[in-house]
Amino acid sequence: MKRRSFLQTAAALSAAPMLACSRKTAPPLPPGTLSGNDFALGHRLRNPDFPEPGETRRTPVLIIGAGIAGLSAAWRLARAGVRDFMIVDLEATAGGNARYGESAICRYPFGAHYLPLPTMESAAVRHLLADFGGLQGDPRLERPSYDERLLCHTPQERVYHKGIWQEGPIPRLGASADDRQQWLRFHARMAEFKEARDFLGRRAFALPVAAASRDARWLGFDSVTMAEWLAAENFDSVPLHWYVNYACRDDFGTDYRQTSAWAGIHYFACRNGQAANAGGDAVLTAPEGNGWIVRRLTEKLADRLLTGAACFRLEQQTKTVTADLFLKVEGRSIRIVAEQVVWAAALFVLPRVAVSLPAPLAALAGAGEYAPWLVANLSLSELPAAGVGAPLSWDNVLYDAPGLGYVVATHQQVRIAPGPSVFTYYRVLSELPPAKARELLMNSSREAWATTILEELGRAHPDLPALTTRLDVFRHGHAMIRPLPGVVHSSARQALVNGWQRVQFAHADLSGMSLFEEANYHGVRAAEVILSRLGVGESSLLA
Amino acid sequence: MADRAQTVPASPPARLQLPLLASVFLVAACGLAYELIAGALASYLLGDSVTQFSTVIGTYLFAMGLGSWWSKHIDRDLVARFVQIEISVGLLGGFAAAGLFLAFAASTGPFRTLLYGTVLAIGVLVGLEIPLVMRILRRELAFNELVARVLSFDYLGALVVSLVFPLLLAPHLGLVRTGLLFGLINALVALWALWLFRQVLVRRRALTGFAIVSIILLLAGFAAAGRITSLAEGWLYADDIIHTETTPYQRIVITRWHEDIRLFLNQNLQFSSNDEYRYHEALVHPGLAALPAARRVLVLGGGDGLALREILKYPGVESVTLVDLDPAMTRLFSNSPLLRQLNNDSLNSPRVRVVNADAARWLEDNDDSFDFIVADFPDPTNYAVGKLYTTAFYRLLDKHLAAHGLLVVQTTSPYYARHSFWSVAATLEEAGMTTSPYHALVPSFGEWGFILAGHMPYVPPSRYEVPLRFLTPATTATMFEFPADMARVAAPANHMNDQSLVRSFEAEWRHALH
Repeated sequence: MKRRSFLQTAAALSAAPMLACSRKTAPPLPPGTLSGNDFALGHRLRNPDFPEPGETRRTPVLIIGAGIAGLSAAWRLARAGVRDFMIVDLEATAGGNARYGESAICRYPFGAHYLPLPTMESAAVRHLLADFGGLQGDPRLERPSYDERLLCHTPQERVYHKGIWQEGPIPRLGASADDRQQWLRFHARMAEFKEARDFLGRRAFALPVAAASRDARWLGFDSVTMAEWLAAENFDSVPLHWYVNYACRDDFGTDYRQTSAWAGIHYFACRNGQAANAGGDAVLTAPEGNGWIVRRLTEKLADRLLTGAACFRLEQQTKTVTADLFLKVEGRSIRIVAEQVVWAAALFVLPRVAVSLPAPLAALAGAGEYAPWLVANLSLSELPAAGVGAPLSWDNVLYDAPGLGYVVATHQQVRIAPGPSVFTYYRVLSELPPAKARELLMNSSREAWATTILEELGRAHPDLPALTTRLDVFRHGHAMIRPLPGVVHSSARQALVNGWQRVQFAHADLSGMSLFEEANYHGVRAAEVILSRLGVGESSLLA
Repeated sequence: MADRAQTVPASPPARLQLPLLASVFLVAACGLAYELIAGALASYLLGDSVTQFSTVIGTYLFAMGLGSWWSKHIDRDLVARFVQIEISVGLLGGFAAAGLFLAFAASTGPFRTLLYGTVLAIGVLVGLEIPLVMRILRRELAFNELVARVLSFDYLGALVVSLVFPLLLAPHLGLVRTGLLFGLINALVALWALWLFRQVLVRRRALTGFAIVSIILLLAGFAAAGRITSLAEGWLYADDIIHTETTPYQRIVITRWHEDIRLFLNQNLQFSSNDEYRYHEALVHPGLAALPAARRVLVLGGGDGLALREILKYPGVESVTLVDLDPAMTRLFSNSPLLRQLNNDSLNSPRVRVVNADAARWLEDNDDSFDFIVADFPDPTNYAVGKLYTTAFYRLLDKHLAAHGLLVVQTTSPYYARHSFWSVAATLEEAGMTTSPYHALVPSFGEWGFILAGHMPYVPPSRYEVPLRFLTPATTATMFEFPADMARVAAPANHMNDQSLVRSFEAEWRHALH
């Protein structure tokens, strides 16, 4: 196979110099679409000019936002037998950051593409996976089994540096003895943090954050940036800094010179999940990324799910809450009268639509900064030539590139023959202030993005531009809350957890980190508050 | 002489600075090129390998370290030494690819020793280069400035090659010519250095002579590169080649020597007509003869139709589905008179349905159930094929197996790859099946292994109703006995997310081929 792929390399690469020599005769850009969050509808919420509701509907529970938090809340209610609820979302499809697309080749993600093995603390995530068959057996076991089709197949990751693909997350070839030394020391530090617990037995860096220790020993890290922490610990290795920055950009959409050190360390120290049938660094993935969970979460919702419905007014009444929704497709508005509401949309939207929201809550909800993301799906007629070094992996990172690399959607397939595939490319504009980044994101054409992306990936795969048959760009304007110093552990944030009368807040924004586990935790927590108000006796899934 | 031995003046003239830095650039470029060529050649010749590239590069980096360390022992005639090193690197690096290719094809001596020896030698020489240039330049520049400039030119050279190598050189020139080209650059750098230091060098004539001779040799090699490659291919296949075909999936080569017909896929022997009956009888009959009620059979792989030939001997078998990826294979073996004679025209039997598809995809898309399934896949040499030897894949196969049915898996050699063989058994067991491993001697392969798996207790057949050349009921019973050197070892099951089998398989065969 290697010989064949080598010959293929040769054949495929012979086309490349022509590309390089004359840009004018470069193949035309592949077709594709520019899609993503409904910016126009979202922006109309700033100065609502929607028609007044002409119809009123009633529901015991309304969930606003059908991302992972809202869908988790719906799952929790349904699991307790409460099926009389509505869940609405501004976007045309449910799933939030875990939305996905599908073509004749395969499904592919528009956002989040994996889950680490669930930690002991993310009990609700384990129950959720068990309900969907991803986790087999007792979800409370320390080392449960996971469906082998979801465990990321070998090889998992590689990095491209100086013309060579290397196994693993950081380039080892060309690293100096000092780099290696620092790499080991960094890992040892993170291993310490992974084990660290306070006198109550709480982990220093737990996932979800709500389970983490409040001990000042570790909370102090939330007042400096990750880059400052590295410097204070005498880490100066260039590849190590690159890698830590990569991790912050990848998980938080934020440069490590702005990310809180507590959040940065959390990335490395919180993943304590184990499996009976995989190593601790295993991850769960599917062609559509976390979209497979969205599919399972939405499949039984049927008409209880209303998409393309923008909540433009939320008001507490004496015994109810009213939510006015604009239905985009029908061009009209409806009013929902609910006894209980879960606000599972991004928090920054809340002050714009909530009538007489107490000022401290409004200030807290509006305080977050959000990182925008760009995700591009490249449909390929076949896999690019193998190149030099480690074989094509699930996650493929280009050292020192503006993007975060690409994930191969067909990786979990079992195929001997090379065939078409979809590469999902991720780009976070962390080098710019978020507002500027959003401006760039909104004002650049698909063609401009396609050109840059093909150029960037073409550095490692000269034949890739010619093999790309479609390039679809998906834009997330406010993809992730940025865990800047002070955000995760702001003491004022507790007020949000307590909700606002009949409205419970459920979003990863409450944790200050945009992670599946956080969204799920807050969704389940909010649903359990409502269950107890409805008088449904259920033991909590959170512990 | 002693006085003139201090050939480097206290301070090299300023006009030399730029040329010397330019030579750093070229030397660094050549250095990385040899590293890439050695790595690419090793994976090309030694086949699929997870570790090949890394070990070659690792050896190379280690050797460069040795060279740098050794450079401190050179304390005289720096420029002359530099010229000598350049000429040696040029010749050694230049001819390395051509030489290794020929040596591999002629299978002379231990190839790996030769490979790593060459890599080590080139690495040591390349490691000497930069420290020497730095010392030649050092009286001219402050140390910091010197290090900064030399290293930046060093990295720049490496960067240019890392871009040009995969883009231009490997595809257009091939590895043999690319090697010679960089050898030529090294030799020219030597000649250039001789000219730059013409006023201070002793024995300039002799060195110039060497440089020119090496340039002529390298040019000659360049001109003959095409012939070197075809010569090597000729040596690889000792017999007459009667058919070659490159399909999107593999390179098919069929050779003939007297009555012996051999099939090679990607240079790996698939069968020799002299003894293939042993392999195919052993693959099919212990299982199928134990299933007198078998009606429906599935063959995965086996596009040569030889396993089919054995299966069709059973009149009770009503239909056989053969799923092979490569239409060129099944076409060749259903059309060529010579090959149809070999497989008894099995591919054209009305009882046979040929499907050209990826096995796993076909299994995912169909719900047909079979009494007997033959998994005759290539050995797990890479992660893509390795997925066909995992618990997840066997669970998928199991869904297509009738309750009383049997699955037989060709399982590499329990002698050469003992751990791998028993790892496949462990995998089938973890997937929920009962296994009956056995082995047979196929002279052109050596001792070969098979595993029967199913859900009922298996008893080897007490009689064979079909004509056979190799198996007898008595010898069949002994095939399930494993002598001490092939006896079961504790080996882990193979999963999609670790593919431990691919690693153990590679390690064992590397050891076996030494």
